[in-house]
Amino acid sequence: MSEDSTRPFRFGFWTAVSGVLVAALGIIAYFRFTRGIGAVTNLSDGFPWGLWIGFDVLCGVGLAAGGFAITATVHILHLKDFKPIVRPAVLTAYLGYMLVIVGLIFDLGKPWNIWHPIIMWNPHSVMFEVGWCVMLYTTVLSFEFLPVVLERFRFSKLLGVVRSVTPVAVVVGVILSTLHQSSLGSLFLILPHKVHPLWYSPMLPVLFFVSALAAGIGMTVVESFFSRRVFGRALETELLGRLSRASVVVLGVYLVLRLRDLWVREALETLWPLTREGLMFGAEVGLGAILPMVLLASASFRRSPRRLAWAQGLVVLGFIFQRLNVSVTAVEAATGQRYVPSVSEFTVSVSLVALGMWAFVLACRFLPIFPQEAEAEPATAPAGVREPVPVPVADVETVG
Amino acid sequence: MAHRAILVDVTRCVGCGACVEGCQQSNQQPAHSARGFDEQTYTYLMDRGSDVYVRRLCMHCEQPSCASVCPVGALVKTAAGPVTYDPAKCMGCRYCMMACPFGVPTYEWYSATPRVRKCQMCEHRGDKGPMCAEVCPAEATVTGEREAMIAEARRRIEADPATYHPTIYGLQEAGGTDVLYIGPREPAALGLPRVPISHPMPDLTWRALKHVPDVVMFGGVFLGGLFWLTKRKEEVARVEGKGKDEGHE
Repeated sequence: MSEDSTRPFRFGFWTAVSGVLVAALGIIAYFRFTRGIGAVTNLSDGFPWGLWIGFDVLCGVGLAAGGFAITATVHILHLKDFKPIVRPAVLTAYLGYMLVIVGLIFDLGKPWNIWHPIIMWNPHSVMFEVGWCVMLYTTVLSFEFLPVVLERFRFSKLLGVVRSVTPVAVVVGVILSTLHQSSLGSLFLILPHKVHPLWYSPMLPVLFFVSALAAGIGMTVVESFFSRRVFGRALETELLGRLSRASVVVLGVYLVLRLRDLWVREALETLWPLTREGLMFGAEVGLGAILPMVLLASASFRRSPRRLAWAQGLVVLGFIFQRLNVSVTAVEAATGQRYVPSVSEFTVSVSLVALGMWAFVLACRFLPIFPQEAEAEPATAPAGVREPVPVPVADVETVG
Repeated sequence: MAHRAILVDVTRCVGCGACVEGCQQSNQQPAHSARGFDEQTYTYLMDRGSDVYVRRLCMHCEQPSCASVCPVGALVKTAAGPVTYDPAKCMGCRYCMMACPFGVPTYEWYSATPRVRKCQMCEHRGDKGPMCAEVCPAEATVTGEREAMIAEARRRIEADPATYHPTIYGLQEAGGTDVLYIGPREPAALGLPRVPISHPMPDLTWRALKHVPDVVMFGGVFLGGLFWLTKRKEEVARVEGKGKDEGHE
């Protein structure tokens, strides 16, 4: 009841904020594309990669990892219980990759050449591999998202065809994701001189993949929690609890990999005396991985959806810390350069997140993202009339 | 694999700046004083005190990081020696700037159509070679085949071991470079970047990238297998469940 009274105000407030952000984005884009990257960022020859790479690209791709994790759970492992969260996860991933591409259009010096890797090959470049994987995976995501649109506009025949190739799309999607999630870490392998030993490691690709998995699951839980608040639908607390148990395992694997790696490379010694890097490391690993792992391991803790969301929020924040530590903190420490993103850089990143949230809310409103809504929508039709609708689906399942 | 290299002899440099001037002319840049690498400056002199001048320029690595990381092959190591750049291919990811262990490439940050900027060993001059070597009045910068340059460096060091530090900078650094330095002090004291890695840097990336085909093949079989196995389990469970239900009824 109280939610009803607050919603119009909150809605108006956030609309206004978003409007301002989008306007700011337009102005920054104007200066960016007429006067150059230097006109709006604090990047320099000594510090050529900043917030737009560290947050928009590295975090954007990682936080979209829920898409491949959940689709694999449902379509490859056949754990059908998780079906209700497949569509929100795929939507998040799809929007995530779209925003990464928008971020790249801002960050690349000549974004109109973004397609060049298609015809100009250099297989020795990690960036080349990432580019290809992101292109292909965005295509796969379109395929995975297509059924939602087809269902909305009732293209039953086409829907059947698309659904029959879903398992293939999911397998390809998982392989592509494994490759480029890890490759974002491989980007830094060639920079041993530019990354502080707390973060430089030959294990970076593996660490990037496992942490993306944790962040992807975390995002899925957090976003399920908030969509319940926005759309007032029932929350799959039990499902989210089970997902969070998986998080405990993933975080455990991550911590063993991370700490063992630091131990082997004798990098833990750099923690003492305590420096800025040490503090950032502590926040990243302590608050962003160990704490949520311990919390989520407790069964009683997992019973409250609010607490689940908080703990998974820590996982997401810890993940963002990790990516920014690799791309900014560690580079600053190793090169002696100082970099604080400009107001414009922050504004672009925040605006992209806001755009993503808007797109998510709108998609949820107009497309059958949540299963309950898909059934509630044609409420005018009698229940009996809707019966034939699942038939083509059943047909397809026997074919596949 | 004979290809061009440049030998910089710091002991012979008088700090006249002819190389810097010649470089700017050759690359059609307005004449300006050069204090560090920037979008108009491919080479500059560092004044290290007591009449020691150290010139910096692109090292033209034997196996350059910049060319290895470039996703579109805008940067390439040519057979003739220079590491060259094609702005028409470049998409502006600036990975080359991150990857260079010598901090050489710069960027046109205030341009709407920005390019990466760095010395290309006057590739446009063809066989005439780099302008800096041509204009140097003191033979502090000379150019020729790499083997010949190494031999010349060794000859100069041996001829005057009291003046020269025995290290040839560029023999080992990042797996070897086509710009070599000799001088009166050790390279670090001359202000040259410390690059402790003596194997080609692209190897660091290749160790990870070479696993890509394996991930695709094993991943495909593994995931496909999981799909098939769990699907079968599901079907069995369904059939068994049906049988049970029928039995009860």
